[in-house]
Amino acid sequence: MSTQSPHTSQGQQRPVLRLQQLSRVHGSGATEVHALRGVDLDVFPGELVAVMGPSGSGKSTLLTIAGGLDTPTSGRVVVEDTDITAADRKTLAALRRRSIGYVFQDYNLIPALTAAENVALPRELDGVSARKARGEAVAALEEMELGHLADRFPDEMSGGQQQRVAIARALVGDRRLVLADEPTGALDSETGESVLALLRSRCDAGAAGILVTHEPRFAAWADRVVFLRDGAVVDQTVRSQTDSLLTGQAAEL
Amino acid sequence: MSIRHGLLALLERGPRYGSQLRTEFESRTGATWPLNVGQVYTTLNRLERDGMVAQDGEDAAGHALYAITDAGRTELKSWFGTPVDRSSPPRDELAIKLAMAVGAPGVDIRDVIQSQRRHTVKAMQDYTRLKAQALAAVEGGGPKERDDVAWLLVLEQLIFQTEAEARWLDHCEARLIRLSTAAGPGAPPVHGAPPIRDTPSVQGASSAHGASQPRRNTGPAHPARSS
Repeated sequence: MSTQSPHTSQGQQRPVLRLQQLSRVHGSGATEVHALRGVDLDVFPGELVAVMGPSGSGKSTLLTIAGGLDTPTSGRVVVEDTDITAADRKTLAALRRRSIGYVFQDYNLIPALTAAENVALPRELDGVSARKARGEAVAALEEMELGHLADRFPDEMSGGQQQRVAIARALVGDRRLVLADEPTGALDSETGESVLALLRSRCDAGAAGILVTHEPRFAAWADRVVFLRDGAVVDQTVRSQTDSLLTGQAAEL
Repeated sequence: MSIRHGLLALLERGPRYGSQLRTEFESRTGATWPLNVGQVYTTLNRLERDGMVAQDGEDAAGHALYAITDAGRTELKSWFGTPVDRSSPPRDELAIKLAMAVGAPGVDIRDVIQSQRRHTVKAMQDYTRLKAQALAAVEGGGPKERDDVAWLLVLEQLIFQTEAEARWLDHCEARLIRLSTAAGPGAPPVHGAPPIRDTPSVQGASSAHGASQPRRNTGPAHPARSS
């Protein structure tokens, strides 16, 4: 068994998401709050990046700006070669529909729609025929071993199942960027783990992901953990060159 | 002592020779606590002296075999039945370091905390990758399932331990900030450094990913198995 990414050479890849010198100021004058201060971050295909930091450190602001749901005070957000900070409303809307998937802590799925209909929705909004969208949705669910949930409504699913369906919806069609804000928030730890395992496997299959979490155990599923403090990146883990941990020396003795 | 009892537990499954015991101990624990053959034989000699194992002939290849005795079985049973002592904690270097960093001149305790946090979270990332492999091995079944399950439990212990440490670090930082806010500006225990550092403490932290960062490597095989 191998966890080898399909993309072995990150250096030659374009990032799916590029944040450049991102700043966000809320309010002005005496009440001015710097939510983000010059954040740079690239996320590549196949990469899952966790963002950690104390509350108020700017984690969620970073995610909403990366997803085009909020605009930065300065800096650029580039999603697959499109600068969304410079894009017009129509381009931005299309990009949000086609390229970016979101998973939030709650209220992910539309209660009146089944799992398959929920997953099909962004494709239908994108102009794909209902029949084709449904086919894609069922295929996406099956690929993620969620096929048995296709005809269930959200209130007929557990929280963990709903979150996994939300991940399927975030990545249906050609979407390659998933932004997850505390997706395990309301879940018990084992269910949270299954949600993370799915997110991880989607990234292993080539998607790029950002996971905002305050749980170190979930952040540990990421390739890279970025630490925010007071709106700035203060540190990050660097990926091991080799999995030297627990190996090597022991075998030599 | 754990090696002693570990060997007794393995011998409970039938007579074995020294290097075989070493291999089996490491398969169970994923070589987290490597043993050398010398330690195994020293321990076997002591167990023999204490009447808990006895030499039991040789196998076809001429290895001296050891077998557990009734006294050894009694000792093993009592070990499984007795909790491991947690009332006299071993010295913890990190706790000592943070205790010494409180108010230490020229030391920003938040930097100490952050550099440990990075290290701890990175260790968790590594353990988590190994765990994903162990889990796949367990779910795949197979002849070594008992070893795979044992290894999974050991790995999860490491993950829980590092998680507890990461949470404790977060807690320390939050508490120090609360205390220094309550005490007014410039007061210890948070060293008088400004709360915001613009210079990242690792190379490339603010310049997005480190360019030299490798992609996901092929994980190791089960360490005990890669030998």
